[in-house]
Amino acid sequence: MSYGMLFDVTRCVGCLACEAACDEANGNHPPEDVRDLRYDKWTVVRTVEVDGEEKHVRRMCMHCQDPSCVSVCPVGAFKKTELGPVIYDENRCMGCRYCMMACPYNVPTYEWDNPTTPRVRKCIMCYERVKAGEPTACAAACPAEATVFGKREDLLAEAHKRIAENPELYYPHVFGEHEAGGSSVLFLADKNFAALGLPGNLPEGPLPELTGQVLHRLPNVVVTAGAALMGLWWIIHRRQELAASPEKK
Amino acid sequence: MKIPRLTFWRAVFLVVVALGLYSTYVRFMHGLGASTHLSDRTPWGLWIGFDVLCGVGLAAGGFTMTAMVYLFNLKQYYHLTRAAILTAFLGYIMVTVALLFDLGRPLRLWHPLVMGNPHSIMFEVALCVTFYSTVLAIEFAPCVLEPFGWKRLCAIIDKIKVPLVLFGVLLSMLHQSSLGSLYLIVPGKLHPLWYTSPWLPVLFFLSAVMVGLAMVIVESFWSGRALGHKPDMKALAPLGRIMLVVLAIYALTLLQIRWSRETLGLIAAGTEESYLFLLEIACGILIPGILLAMPRVRLQPRGLFTAAVLVVLGFVLNRMNVSVTGMAAISGEKYFPAWTEISITLMLVAIGCLLFNLAARYLAVFPHHGPAAPRVPARADAAVPEYMAAERS
Ligand code: SF4
Ligand code: SF4
Repeated sequence: MSYGMLFDVTRCVGCLACEAACDEANGNHPPEDVRDLRYDKWTVVRTVEVDGEEKHVRRMCMHCQDPSCVSVCPVGAFKKTELGPVIYDENRCMGCRYCMMACPYNVPTYEWDNPTTPRVRKCIMCYERVKAGEPTACAAACPAEATVFGKREDLLAEAHKRIAENPELYYPHVFGEHEAGGSSVLFLADKNFAALGLPGNLPEGPLPELTGQVLHRLPNVVVTAGAALMGLWWIIHRRQELAASPEKK
Repeated sequence: MKIPRLTFWRAVFLVVVALGLYSTYVRFMHGLGASTHLSDRTPWGLWIGFDVLCGVGLAAGGFTMTAMVYLFNLKQYYHLTRAAILTAFLGYIMVTVALLFDLGRPLRLWHPLVMGNPHSIMFEVALCVTFYSTVLAIEFAPCVLEPFGWKRLCAIIDKIKVPLVLFGVLLSMLHQSSLGSLYLIVPGKLHPLWYTSPWLPVLFFLSAVMVGLAMVIVESFWSGRALGHKPDMKALAPLGRIMLVVLAIYALTLLQIRWSRETLGLIAAGTEESYLFLLEIACGILIPGILLAMPRVRLQPRGLFTAAVLVVLGFVLNRMNVSVTGMAAISGEKYFPAWTEISITLMLVAIGCLLFNLAARYLAVFPHHGPAAPRVPARADAAVPEYMAAERS
């Protein structure tokens, strides 16, 4: 069973209650002027102007169904849990930051100023709370039901229902249903998602497949190349042996 | 004891190392934030782009030369292999040291070896680099052992040379190409002029072979100047021709990809990326290609050297484009390395050059130089006169 969150841009009033709840639930104390994701700020509500209207859009880890961060980490520090959250084990991480490079949403952040034990930080969808059967802190705090927590399939159905019931309000697309293989976090909006600052150029399939299709071929390539090189060596070697001892011809 | 005279280059070396040591202090006492311009938007910078991506590529001469000499039996290049192996060995040491600077937790460098994630390209690269460094150490060992007269060990290494070289070549094919595969997962972030799934690994491998050969030529000239012997044009000019062939294959692959993806228009778009792409192509492929295609230039030391240097520069530009410039537009941030980052890179390069110089002088690296090289012919070079004699008869 996999949980997720649905964020509806049309309902968000920009009160930042989710930010405060997130900071508190995760023991973060960011200065007030931090307006983007940071090691001590795991979600922000950005305000963007589209067609002269102010829109509030949350930014946080999307908890991808087949996450890039999980697939690229050389030491398996990231894990996609059965329940949905993508979590991080700081005891494995060696700080190569490939996860940050690979995430299509630029989500993971780093403790750059910690000289000895820096960690990667990002939203973990309140894993402990979800395990205990509670909603995430941000969803519980939202007064406008802009962020709601639930099973991913229910949220998907709800999102499509909202679009169907109100087609002139909504932009007819659920962001996160298919983007980069889909994510546990879903977005609804009344504007084009690219205009709201979400990446507009993501393929539909999971990104790790792009690496996978090459990785799967490697054993074949190695065996073929190895055999070819061996064969070449043997032929050349043999010809020279024959050339060196003419009587054996 | 004689105090070495302070020449211009020695003074430069000392300044570079002094600045590098200060930056090292900043890096380890105050962290990556204080010593680099990296950020959450630009998590990889100069150290990954230059020290690691270029470092591994520039060391590719080691596997191309050993493959040619030991697998394809082109013995006429034998005397170039040791210098190539030395460059490769030093290159991989430099890459590893650079990683210790770049990793947030350098003491966990070994983690991939025990808790590896088989889906990760980075894990595969880590494994290959570890094994290949070991192979290089063994391949390089005779240069150290010979001057000390350890013939038994040399003979053992000589016996396993062919399988060892084969193993090294396969490992190199894997990780040279995989450095390109690292970027397959960011179709939305890497500029389409450089992002090409699934061709990135192929391009990385081909350009590594190309630059490996170029480096062999460049270092032959440099060490020749330092040690006072003439570059052996009889071997280097044919090497230039092989390089031309690889260059042509690389250029055709690139053209074919651009063509089929209809991104040719992007090249003429007049953006910053398109200019850098054009510069990379002109400097790394077009001009050296034309130079090498003219026998008059290729057969002449200065012409060959110029072409090889251009290939190296074009290669460095390509790797920097993939790792830094090509990723900049989406990150929304202009990254330029901090002086501390640059000085650490310069220090590593300087120390690498010093070690190369010392090894060339005191170890059996160059046949016409060093204490013992011609004295203990390994089996492979013992075969040279025989084989050549057989060819002639
Ligand atoms: S949004 Fe980024 S950090 Fe979050 S799960 Fe997806 S790839 Fe990982
Ligand atoms: S920084 Fe840590 S979590 Fe991220 S890929 Fe590297 S080892 Fe994995």
